[in-house]
Amino acid sequence: MRQKSFSQRISLPLVLLFGFLFIAAAVAAERDPWLRPEVAPAPPENQLNPARINLGQLLFFDPRLSRKMTMSCASCHNPSLGWSDGLPTAVGFDMHTLARATPTIVNTSFNPIQMWDGRKSTLEDQATGPIEAAGEMNLPLPELIERLKSIPGYASKFEAAYPGMGITAVTVARGLASFERTVLSTESPFDRWRKGDEKAVSASAKHGFELFQDKAKCAVCHMGYNFTDNGFHNIGLKTEGTPDVGRFAQRPLKSMRGAFKTPTLRDIGLTAPYMRNGSYKTLMEVVEHYDRGGDDKENLDINMVPLSLTAAEKADLVAFLESLTGVPPDIRVVSLPQ
Amino acid sequence: MTPRSHSAIRLSLMALVVTLAMPALAGDQVVGQAKKAFTVGVLKAKVGDTITFRNDDEFAHNVFSLSDAQSFDLGSYKKGEVRTVKLTAPGVIEVECAIHPEMKMKIEVAK
Repeated sequence: MRQKSFSQRISLPLVLLFGFLFIAAAVAAERDPWLRPEVAPAPPENQLNPARINLGQLLFFDPRLSRKMTMSCASCHNPSLGWSDGLPTAVGFDMHTLARATPTIVNTSFNPIQMWDGRKSTLEDQATGPIEAAGEMNLPLPELIERLKSIPGYASKFEAAYPGMGITAVTVARGLASFERTVLSTESPFDRWRKGDEKAVSASAKHGFELFQDKAKCAVCHMGYNFTDNGFHNIGLKTEGTPDVGRFAQRPLKSMRGAFKTPTLRDIGLTAPYMRNGSYKTLMEVVEHYDRGGDDKENLDINMVPLSLTAAEKADLVAFLESLTGVPPDIRVVSLPQ
Repeated sequence: MTPRSHSAIRLSLMALVVTLAMPALAGDQVVGQAKKAFTVGVLKAKVGDTITFRNDDEFAHNVFSLSDAQSFDLGSYKKGEVRTVKLTAPGVIEVECAIHPEMKMKIEVAK
């Protein structure tokens, strides 16, 4: 038998490999960047399964995770209110009003950085933060763990979700994160249009999407399927009293003073009032803000400039933004372990 | 396929592998920022070299480092603009974009 040369032996696998890479790249390139992936990413040590989601849902809706047993995660991240609270800024421990709005948790599982100021990176890092925070649920984690251990019904739930790991701060965080990974935006009129249904949105909304990407410059920050660059910007909101330094507390750099994380625009019709301080009640007020190029010009993000939008263009932008809201799924009210 | 074309393919593949594996060379160098990423992951350089950060994106970036080896803040700047930093001490400098924290790269600075 004739011996094959090195090049002959290596050519076919290489052709196959590069063929596969080419096809994979082509498929990836064809994916509509404005449509959300089906499944949220999860770390290897906390892959989703029904027991973990179930545990997380119980914890999420359980007011015993707060010091006075009066607040659950869902008190602020209320599924009936777009997983936010409908308030300008959050109300925390003992009904104290906090400085920042409650961000929706819709699609937050796709974000590589969490919180308005980015002080947490993963859902697991973030999950126990509000439980411990003095201004929020105000329950130190050691007390939380003892409390959960004293509820017999939780033992089997933790064991099913994380066999052999027990009830710990780690398993509490992983359970909550697992549930949050199931809180996803649903198909919106915008999505149906992107998939080919020309009648799913109005001509005004379609023009609004063009403006969003072009003249209005919204997509400079609100980019991709989750409509966020996961970045930090000072957008010039009027402030009263002591200015909120935002991201500057985490990254002491000039541009970060007064900068906050770009929020998703998914389901935006459900999450009024808007902005990190809840200062605008309507989407038109939001569009007007950007049209002015912001109000407080001190340390303004250099992407912020006056837009000179016409009244019709502003209405088109609002029509587009409204098309990003899907029909919220019904959330089952769970019976808590006793 | 002719032997010559086989050789050409092998050479091309070898060049590709070498290019992907090789860290950027030392000297005064340019690092781009495109599609919300630095164009270089790890840069090898020496004390005294100058690194130029060029913004090729349609939006602003803010290159900075808070590393012990050397810290700097190049501020926000738009597409087409550049900022430079002179390397003053050996060590590893972790570089990020303040606006887009997913953008990270390192400069390994030798004496």
